[in-house]
Amino acid sequence: MSARRLASVQPTDVKLSPEAQADIARWTKKYPADRQRSALIPALWIAQKDAGGWLPEMILREVGDRLGMAYIRVYEVATFYTMFNLAPVGEYHIQLCGTTPCWLRGSDALKDVLTRRVGPQNTVSADGKFSWIEVECLGACANAPMCQISTDVDEDPYYEDLTPESFEALIDNLAAGKAVERGPQQIDRLNSAPEGGQKTLIGKGAFHIEKLVKLPNAEKSVKLNYYEWDPKERRATRGGWVDPKRKASPDPKKRASNLGRDLSKGLVEDEPKKGLPGRTTAKAKPQLIYTDGPSDGTPDDLKKIKGVGPVFEADLNDKGVYYYRQIAAWKKSDIKAVESIIDKFPGRIERDDWVKQAKVLAKGAAKSKPDPKGAKQAPVRRKRAMKDKA
Amino acid sequence: MPQLLQDKDRIFTNLYGHQDWSLDAARGRGAWLGTSEMLAQGRDWIIDQVKASGLRGRGGAGFPTGLKWSFMPKEVGERPHYLVVNADESEPGTCKDREMMRHDPHLLIEGCLVASFAMQANACYIYLRGEYTFERQRLQAAVDEAYAAGLIGRNACGTGWDFDLYVHHGAGAYICGEETALLESLEGKKGQPRLKPPFPANSGLYGCPTTVNNVESIAVVPTILRRGADWFASFGRDNNKGTKVFSISGHVNKPCNVEEALSIPLKTLIETHAGGVRGGWDNLKAIIPGGSSVPLLPKEICDTVLMDFDALREHQSGLGTAAVIVMDNSTDIIKAIARLSYFYKHESCGQCTPCREGTGWMWRVMERMVRGEAETKEIDMLLDVTKQVEGHTICALGDAAAWPIQGLIRHFRHEIEDRIDLYRAGRPVFVQAAE
Repeated sequence: MSARRLASVQPTDVKLSPEAQADIARWTKKYPADRQRSALIPALWIAQKDAGGWLPEMILREVGDRLGMAYIRVYEVATFYTMFNLAPVGEYHIQLCGTTPCWLRGSDALKDVLTRRVGPQNTVSADGKFSWIEVECLGACANAPMCQISTDVDEDPYYEDLTPESFEALIDNLAAGKAVERGPQQIDRLNSAPEGGQKTLIGKGAFHIEKLVKLPNAEKSVKLNYYEWDPKERRATRGGWVDPKRKASPDPKKRASNLGRDLSKGLVEDEPKKGLPGRTTAKAKPQLIYTDGPSDGTPDDLKKIKGVGPVFEADLNDKGVYYYRQIAAWKKSDIKAVESIIDKFPGRIERDDWVKQAKVLAKGAAKSKPDPKGAKQAPVRRKRAMKDKA
Repeated sequence: MPQLLQDKDRIFTNLYGHQDWSLDAARGRGAWLGTSEMLAQGRDWIIDQVKASGLRGRGGAGFPTGLKWSFMPKEVGERPHYLVVNADESEPGTCKDREMMRHDPHLLIEGCLVASFAMQANACYIYLRGEYTFERQRLQAAVDEAYAAGLIGRNACGTGWDFDLYVHHGAGAYICGEETALLESLEGKKGQPRLKPPFPANSGLYGCPTTVNNVESIAVVPTILRRGADWFASFGRDNNKGTKVFSISGHVNKPCNVEEALSIPLKTLIETHAGGVRGGWDNLKAIIPGGSSVPLLPKEICDTVLMDFDALREHQSGLGTAAVIVMDNSTDIIKAIARLSYFYKHESCGQCTPCREGTGWMWRVMERMVRGEAETKEIDMLLDVTKQVEGHTICALGDAAAWPIQGLIRHFRHEIEDRIDLYRAGRPVFVQAAE
């Protein structure tokens, strides 16, 4: 085991950003109510990303407070798990794998590159851009040698199949602020397929699905849907598959939303515009509360709504939704209309209850940033929100 | 030439990510086909089918999966049941689960539903290793898709079964691949293994009945049920049934992951799928056949050995995770194993004295062996210490640290002795220390 200690010099005024706090709060929902401590490792990871790549003691304490834990329990975990950096790291923290599979394929040469370019392990380069450390197996051994670099705000991508030359090029590009591609570097291969193209899983043979009349060895006979490969479309079609281009059937029993369901429990009346998530065809813009642009130039951060990520936010902005108050005012019909144009995850708006979330957030936004348009409506919504609580 | 596995019999049809990973495409490849019908057959049927398929756990130990599931209490008592999927893939050489999670996530999610249903678990946690940040996001996106499509969540697949699936992650500790350490970690603690008994099936996550399975063990289940236990059992020798994803790394021309039938000859596997050993088969020195924890095999054995649990056991090695690490004649084999000793020293959790002290001791002696700076009699002393660490710790990390060294001494004692002789003759072999 390795002895790891907190840094001897600690900042005294660091705090988690509101985004990180919200992220941590969201993680805690994954565990039973009396088991919030389970979220500790993900919370520390979020905190580390938030605090600039390492974990000052103040942050550890704050995480402990948020999860209702004794500080010593947080310290124990932070010092046990090696992904938690206990001292400052460079903007690009390079974790180079040196375990036997990578060593066999030349990780020592990469270490030399790093020693020359960055300096010794566990020190930050003079410009603050780089730091590096040799780590144990990162689990990409078929793509050895490889490293993991904190080049992304949300994740640390893998850079694989490195040679000293391609590794230098990678570092050059990072130093120059150029975009770098994750995965295999300067080699003709796709992920972990053999170099020069895969020899297996080629063509239709690989995707052939036997027509199932019934499950083999089944004891009870139940109706099965089956799939067929469509060579033209290069995808499978299925009995009961909803073609996005197909019009809704006049018979509600045959509609996509009811196929495969127990119809005795009642029909689902609405026909989603698309059969499956991810296929957009409808473009009609519903006449809702959409405006032509953010009225005061600073739209709300819709990402604070659980279930809305950067992609969704862009989609919403694209359709003219910029403020919590807009979402807070949505009715069932509005949600349906929104889902018909942004259809990535049907049902999600209601499941995550965006409207309620937005009401709460709108309350906060109205307080901190009164704007002329929102001011008229805000009091009404606040009242409604309070009623909901009661 | 043995019969190779055909494309139509491969389970992970998007292993390389040459197709889209998302639900739409996964359905096209057969995922989520007939899932509700599987559940309609009942839990006993599912467990019987998995038993009949001969599926043995894919995480290293090779314990029969169906049997493991049947250890869970028959009825749900006061404590809920949990399924925990072990995606803490950290065994050096192993990189198969990563491909399944980022390219075929829906097979795993479907497997989680089927397995959880069979064990009456309404909730399942997938524990990824912390470094797999991209895989985690991909898997989470797939889980979100499955929720949105009603495949999991309340009334999963329209079967009336409520099923919640959560993605959790660790933060870079090899030991969390051990099932009880994983549960500790999932509870937000240091990953230190628990004493068994009680076994997780009685008292696991949060003290509730829990089964921990490897990603691959879970992800193959839906396809086994779809295509029949007898189909799966038609591959491999008796007691070693089915297909398996092999990770081939080290000194081969084209390292890769590939799904093949168990019991494929090791030589065929490497020559067919990995472009052969660098410099030809005769340039082979040794192979670690199942991830760093299993003893290596010299070329003479590699010539004929079959890749399955029993054949490798006969040669005092093991299939482990089927991570094949190939070393050609240019390899300093002592250093290769010394580097593994450093790995185990680094990853020991520090709970049991034989392992905490032993791994460090073994590594330091190995480093001296690399330079030849040792006494010949120390080879036997080292072997003796590995035997004393082995079997005297709570979990198998102590064994895993001991076995590679035992394998080295068993098959390459002459190399260690030669190096010691050279050092004493004033002609030391200059090698860079592993650290």
